[in-house]
Amino acid sequence: MKPTTHAIRMGVRRGWTEFVQSVRSTQDQGFYIFTGLAVLGYLIIRRNTEVEGTDLLIPTVAMPSIIGGLVTFGVVIGPAYALAMEREDGTLLRLKAAPHGLTGYFTGQLLFHSISLLPQLLIILIPSFLIFDDVMSNGASGWVTVVWVLVLGLLATMPIGMVIGSLVPNAQKVGTWGMLPIMVLAGISGIFYPIQQLWGWVQVIAQIFPMYWLGLGMRSAFLPDSAAMLEVGESWRTGWTILVLGAWAVVGILVTPVVLRRMARRQTGSQVEAARETAAQWIR
Amino acid sequence: MQTNDQPGSAGATSADTDVVIEVHDLHMRYGTKDVLTGVDLEVHRGGVMCLLGPNGAGKTTTIEILEGFRSRTSGEVRVLGADPLHASEDWRARTGVVLQSWRDHPRWTPRRLLTHLGGFYQPYSTPERTRPYDVDLLLDTVGLTELADQKIATMSGGQRRRLDVAVGIVGRPELLFLDEPTAGFDPHARREFHHLVHRLSDLENTTIMLTTHDLDEAEKLADRILILAGGRFVADGSAEQLARQVAGESEVKWSRDGERFVHSTADATAFVRQLLTQYGEDVTDLEVHRASLEDTYMTLVQQHEAGGTGAAARLFEEAAR
Repeated sequence: MKPTTHAIRMGVRRGWTEFVQSVRSTQDQGFYIFTGLAVLGYLIIRRNTEVEGTDLLIPTVAMPSIIGGLVTFGVVIGPAYALAMEREDGTLLRLKAAPHGLTGYFTGQLLFHSISLLPQLLIILIPSFLIFDDVMSNGASGWVTVVWVLVLGLLATMPIGMVIGSLVPNAQKVGTWGMLPIMVLAGISGIFYPIQQLWGWVQVIAQIFPMYWLGLGMRSAFLPDSAAMLEVGESWRTGWTILVLGAWAVVGILVTPVVLRRMARRQTGSQVEAARETAAQWIR
Repeated sequence: MQTNDQPGSAGATSADTDVVIEVHDLHMRYGTKDVLTGVDLEVHRGGVMCLLGPNGAGKTTTIEILEGFRSRTSGEVRVLGADPLHASEDWRARTGVVLQSWRDHPRWTPRRLLTHLGGFYQPYSTPERTRPYDVDLLLDTVGLTELADQKIATMSGGQRRRLDVAVGIVGRPELLFLDEPTAGFDPHARREFHHLVHRLSDLENTTIMLTTHDLDEAEKLADRILILAGGRFVADGSAEQLARQVAGESEVKWSRDGERFVHSTADATAFVRQLLTQYGEDVTDLEVHRASLEDTYMTLVQQHEAGGTGAAARLFEEAAR
């Protein structure tokens, strides 16, 4: 077998191992349960509120949008933190020292962060279906839409996380360069209220980034066609969704390997040592 | 020094199997600070080499350049027949690097991590040199069998260092780099580690290059000691050679008529013969101390600090004549 193919298989095994270890760790279980409860809590509090101008209830409309937002959040912040931290603590360097180890490492990251979405989705979807009515209006074809929006959304957003993780000077800076922009985007991407309520230029900014389109795609999957009336242009704009997410995916696939290679090339033992000393010295 | 060729050294021709590391006029500059100012080095297959030098002398920089993890300012470097900076992944499979771990892979167990990392070497296995190492054997070798299935996060610093060593050799490297491998070891772990290094060198014919601050360790392990000071090698040889060449004087101590005497001499034997001839049985408590590696090291580094590398290197060259 070719060593690269072999390394990709090692990476798949690595990603799976990381996933199993994550699901078993109380730390990560806590995170999954916390986000799940927070989202469900919000939906339950507003379970009887109707969305203005329709006969749809808030949970029905908000749930797909929140899923879109959480996917973006998880897939950007997850890899950003992982890369920034594993650059500092020597994980990356260890893999760099093994033949084709970096191929294995990045394959593992890709798989791990993708499948890590599953527990998060399930912890919101399963209770939602049990508690609320009319969560999925479109049957099987709706689920097909969920899957392709998810896959395209992953391809569009995960590279952003990897690039942030490669470029930030240290893990603590992921807050500034990753968390903060994502929070702002979540606020303006039509997750908690319709995007049309915002100023025109804010709407433009929101529609440049993939988060809005992931939410829109999810709404088109779960909600009845009549709900499209609430959207910009009174349409699901499926073509635009594919175009914008696709464009981000293509740029990501072209740019990310270059950024990752550049970052990995600079990895040395003394850099890891310096990061350790920096982390040990909190106050400077 | 062992020079017998390893038939399994993949891809190497008989002409270049013997020379493992070749460095010519290596320079390294960080900003305006020159760290390496013309390093030359030739290392043959087999044996253990120790890189000594004060903090900031460039030991880590040198080793990182040889590992291919750091780009140099100028100079020629060939390791296992290739420029480490542009070497292929096949080349990686033949080298091993022992890294200072910190908190990586906290949720993994030693067994899982070694199996995983060892797996990358499997396509490079040859009948002469099967890769990777058997994980159970490796765990036993570094004394981690009992901790094999515990989370790495729960391990102590010394246990982690032993895991680092295991990770470094899991691919059965022909050439192994260790940067301060025993920092934080207790005396027992240190002794175990020394056994391991000897075993790798003797049984596996692995060429080993390590840096250390422990001169006693260098004396025990190394066939060849290199002292780096002021950006150049100021000494090169076995511990005995260095002691004889650099701090060439031995110290003779004795008592006579209740009085203690100390004398430094280049030829202790002749001096003692004369001493005994002259005073006979009046001489008691006779001691002769040949300069230890520590004396040699201190002399060299002090000379370097006092008069720059030039003086220390000159002294070394004169002594070598």
